[in-house]
Amino acid sequence: MVVFRCSSRVLRRIVDLMTATHELPTNVNQTSEGAQELTSAGVVAAGERLRELGAVLRLSENDALLAEREQVSDDETMIINMGPQHPSTHGVLRLMLELQGETVLRCKPIIGYLHTGMERTGEELTYLQGPTNVTRMDYAAPLFTELAFSLTVEKLLDIEVPERAIWIRMLMTEMNRISSHLLFMATNGMDLGAVSMMLYGWREREEALRFLQEVTGLRMNHNYIRPGGVAADLPDGWRDGVLRLLDMLPPRLAEYDTLMNQQPIWRERLQGVGAISAEECLALGVTGPMLRSTGYDWDLRRDMPYLAFDQVEFDVVVGSYGDCFDRYAIRLAEIHESMKIVRQCLEKMPKGDYRIQDKKVTPPPRARIDESMEALIHHFKIFTEGFKVPEGEAYVAIESPRGELGCYIVSDGSSKPYRMHVRAPSFVNLQSLPHLMHGSLVADAVAIISSVDPILGEVDR
Amino acid sequence: MTDVDAQDGEVDIPTEIAPETLFGTLLTRSHEQLVLHPTREEYAGLLVTLQADGYHSIIDLCGVDYLTNFSRELPPGITPERFEVVVNLINHREHARLRLRVQIPESDPVLPTAFGLYAGSEAMERETFDMFGIVFDGHPDLTRILMPEDWIGHPLRKDYDIGRIPVQFKGAPANR
Repeated sequence: MVVFRCSSRVLRRIVDLMTATHELPTNVNQTSEGAQELTSAGVVAAGERLRELGAVLRLSENDALLAEREQVSDDETMIINMGPQHPSTHGVLRLMLELQGETVLRCKPIIGYLHTGMERTGEELTYLQGPTNVTRMDYAAPLFTELAFSLTVEKLLDIEVPERAIWIRMLMTEMNRISSHLLFMATNGMDLGAVSMMLYGWREREEALRFLQEVTGLRMNHNYIRPGGVAADLPDGWRDGVLRLLDMLPPRLAEYDTLMNQQPIWRERLQGVGAISAEECLALGVTGPMLRSTGYDWDLRRDMPYLAFDQVEFDVVVGSYGDCFDRYAIRLAEIHESMKIVRQCLEKMPKGDYRIQDKKVTPPPRARIDESMEALIHHFKIFTEGFKVPEGEAYVAIESPRGELGCYIVSDGSSKPYRMHVRAPSFVNLQSLPHLMHGSLVADAVAIISSVDPILGEVDR
Repeated sequence: MTDVDAQDGEVDIPTEIAPETLFGTLLTRSHEQLVLHPTREEYAGLLVTLQADGYHSIIDLCGVDYLTNFSRELPPGITPERFEVVVNLINHREHARLRLRVQIPESDPVLPTAFGLYAGSEAMERETFDMFGIVFDGHPDLTRILMPEDWIGHPLRKDYDIGRIPVQFKGAPANR
């Protein structure tokens, strides 16, 4: 376990530097809330420099001094905008880069272009409508946000879903993890100019999505996992669909291995680029494959199991260098691990109900509506008013393809959440960009953004 | 951590006599999750203690506006205030989580930043500032993060009016 060593004198100095006021240039649009832009190097206080150079990660006194001396004069550097509509910024991420020649000195991610107030919207929707909203956050792995939301609501309701629902949820989320990582393979390839990899990645992802579509009816934004269970039972022939994918993927992943891992250009582009250490990851709150790429062995599925992950066998893959290549390789290996879990779900899938038979939460079966007035009223009530959730607050976290995905809900006893907050892994992981990019080449910036695998829908919510 | 583990098996003993504490802070349980209720003054000191105890990583920090829900359950001695900042910390070694709920009065919505200890709180505190207008004292770059920088108001406050897009011809008289 990591122990932070810090001398209080250095810390105090850094804090002093950080809070030091400084004059802002006139060309920055000043508002009551302050400017978001990266200010030019000449006018920022040394504190901000230190922050972006990683002072927050406890520079030793020597390093702090060096960082201060490293200041370059304004006319040697330039600040450029990358994005918000750059093809490889994965959506609308804007980066302000300060360059000296081709070297990135500082970087500031500016987000919010996709902000649609989903947390506010969540306060206006009932608990049953909630998943339709949260599923749109991480659009590459929508089932995970639905799962986090549903688990939190179930915790507040104090109900337990049937065994079969648990295993269906596991099967579906692992399938989703496969499709999400395949998407990463595709975009990562595209960002680095490996266009054939992009096509392969999309091709395989399409197959995974086809299975999700067979089960949920939609390719994405499924609204499949709901409080109380899942929306529908697995369709007839679902086993064939899973097996087809499990048979198809291994040779194709082997192809990736030949195409990418053993290719010198690919390795040159990724190895040693954007390295981060476990200490830095922990300090910055970074989770998921990024944290594991540093060799830190932490996976919520194994270490704080939810659903039935304590009943399946799988390995937690860790890297050793924390660079872009490790992050890529871990995701590739995680596809294999997810396939292991999916295979075990196939074997162990229990019979039974796919949703809880609790009249408070679950609408009556469709057939009952035709014959019973009470059932019709009940059905109507659940879908218009929604069910009431007892007062309280809870936080539940799961391991999404990008890291720890948590949902915090405060209930005031009504049928809508009083406050619904989603802890989005991409949002937190994005904080590491300035650190990853410092001192690297601008051409590597693209590789680094890509290796963080941010989904901007989730970042901005 | 030891006193928590020891009490896990006997949670049904009423704790009305002496409120439970952990790290010298009032402790409650919400659905088996441990929640600490530090005051604003205790907050910064508690974070130092927690980090030394192995809570190395900040997982989440968000705000809640309790404008219309002052009757919520809090341990005795904690006065409910309008805002709450909720911090989630994780201890990887003991596989434990802790949640901190800090009451922030409306008249003076200020809380010391956790940035010096947990660098990861940077974006989260900015988001809480953006959405609730809670100021984090000592934060190096407290600007709006999700909303445009010239935005007025803090959208997740309960008294923030949900915006409407004006619809053309909406006020015009109908044909009939």
